[in-house]
Amino acid sequence: MSDHFIDPFIAQLPALQILIPLLAAPLCVILHHRRTAWVLAMIASYCSLAIALLLLQQTSDGTVISYAMGNWAPPWGIEYRIDILSAFVLVIVSMVSSITLPYALRSLEKEVYDNKLYLLYAGWLVVLTGLLGMTITGDAFNVFVFLEISSLASYLIIALNRDRRALTAAFQYLLLGTVGASFILLGIGLLYQMTGTLNMADLAQRLPLVSHASGVRTAFAFLIVGLGIKAAIFPMHSWLAGAYRFAPSAVTVFLAGSATKVSIYLLLRFIYSIYGSELAFEQLHLSSILLPLALLSIVIPSMVAINQKSFKRLLAFSSISQIGYMVLGIAINNQAALSATILHLFNHAIIKAALFMSMGAVFYQISGHRIKSLAGLGHLMPFTFAAFILAGLSLIGVPLTAGFISKWYLVIGALNAGWWPVAALILFSSLLAVAYIWKIVEAAYFKPPLSPNTTGAIKEAPLSMLLPLYLLVTANIYFGLNTQWSVGTASKAAAMLLGGGQ
Amino acid sequence: MQWFYSHFNYVLAVLLLVIGLYTILSSHNLFKKLLGLSIFQVSISLFYISVGKVSGGTAPILIGDSTQGEVLYSNPLPHVLILTAIVVGVATLSLGLALLVRIHNAYGTIEEDEVSAKDRNQ
Repeated sequence: MSDHFIDPFIAQLPALQILIPLLAAPLCVILHHRRTAWVLAMIASYCSLAIALLLLQQTSDGTVISYAMGNWAPPWGIEYRIDILSAFVLVIVSMVSSITLPYALRSLEKEVYDNKLYLLYAGWLVVLTGLLGMTITGDAFNVFVFLEISSLASYLIIALNRDRRALTAAFQYLLLGTVGASFILLGIGLLYQMTGTLNMADLAQRLPLVSHASGVRTAFAFLIVGLGIKAAIFPMHSWLAGAYRFAPSAVTVFLAGSATKVSIYLLLRFIYSIYGSELAFEQLHLSSILLPLALLSIVIPSMVAINQKSFKRLLAFSSISQIGYMVLGIAINNQAALSATILHLFNHAIIKAALFMSMGAVFYQISGHRIKSLAGLGHLMPFTFAAFILAGLSLIGVPLTAGFISKWYLVIGALNAGWWPVAALILFSSLLAVAYIWKIVEAAYFKPPLSPNTTGAIKEAPLSMLLPLYLLVTANIYFGLNTQWSVGTASKAAAMLLGGGQ
Repeated sequence: MQWFYSHFNYVLAVLLLVIGLYTILSSHNLFKKLLGLSIFQVSISLFYISVGKVSGGTAPILIGDSTQGEVLYSNPLPHVLILTAIVVGVATLSLGLALLVRIHNAYGTIEEDEVSAKDRNQ
């Protein structure tokens, strides 16, 4: 094909990234057929993944793509701005969606009423649109709009579970999620009041001029708390356990792999690209706020996880503690630690998606999520539990797995900053992870089956669920051995953020 | 007192914000929580709208012929922004109400403690 055909297409990639899932969503509702909706969701999701990979390839040398939406020049119009960090997060989000959708087909048929499935796939695509939009946009108010688009749709797809407790879980998430989003809205409003602009690059230039105004500081507080709620940082995490526990299994996989990651991305964006590390860390003393929050996030939810009776809730609390690692990387604020944060966005996505997938496969067979009912299942579902153990090792951070690499960089970052007690705490928290992963392994392999009548019908999960699961497990090992791509991208992105780049 | 007159829009917004938050946290009825959320969102609308108003400024439209000299306009942008946020608020409220209808059908109540009591007995 000639360049005349390709070039205009390449130039429109940032818009297509959002448009394809956004347009496919209402099409799912209009066609009103569950299999057609699934096929549409697959096509849209894989197109998004292809576009995200193309964008990452274009930005990997440090290029910044600026796209004027509707051809209105920034800073007046809405600008889509893609650098290596946003392209990396775009890849993570669309990858998690693309790997989970084939898994979702069988899993969701069991957990959601047939006549609601088309709505779930439409909601899924809207969540995808919102998450991609939050990542790609270079306009602060646009962030809020996409945030609400993805949040509203995620309340919907959580509530679609047959279990009635999903309704109250979704309602609690709606209350807290809206409070979080409103705080972000208030923060953005204060920023606009102080600077008269909403464009992120423009904000970054004007903020240092008014850095002593109380409005700028108040805005920062509102933004950190709002994003903290959306990212489920420790004292603001209460919505996450219920939402992850009662959402349909495939939805949990998708949200656990993508939604909180995008909130951490926005935290990075607001701290480094808009406020700048000098204003945030030296004048506003961000480290002294984020460090205790991060340490509490790492330790307390891990301990809570050990005492859980439901394996989905156990994994949910484990997610909160992993988010603590990402926040810790920001608090340490040096090249190695920040690389660890960005790397862990990717590594935790593949770890936690694999863990939730294997437990979703168990749920598919036993229709319950009590750890007690796992007894003896290790021998009946050997492939599912083997995958769980491999992904669990990666979560703990055993060498040769992806989880080890991000913890390694985090420990190096802590040591470089001279914070050796923090480094020791990271190692200690790995032991807590061993404890809660072991709890599930012990139930599955070392406890006698509950009764032969109930377990007789249990067999291995269907192939359409095992294949995506093993794809993720393989990725966990591959990115533990070959770190060139993942670490290379993360450290370039960290260097860009620390260098004051946009 | 002078300070109060020049800042009363902020005071009002913060007051509404706190009332909304308190309702969300203290109330046991899920519907009242939702009302609290609405009050909370309205406070932010009030903040945006009052910030965009320039005292003595008129609506941002072309008036007569432009050679008459300078006309003082209010800033329309925060008002446009908050229109979007109001639409989001309406969507949130309606989704919340739809969830409440489903919760009421499934549990027969929208009192938080009664709902969790029924879950425990399940």
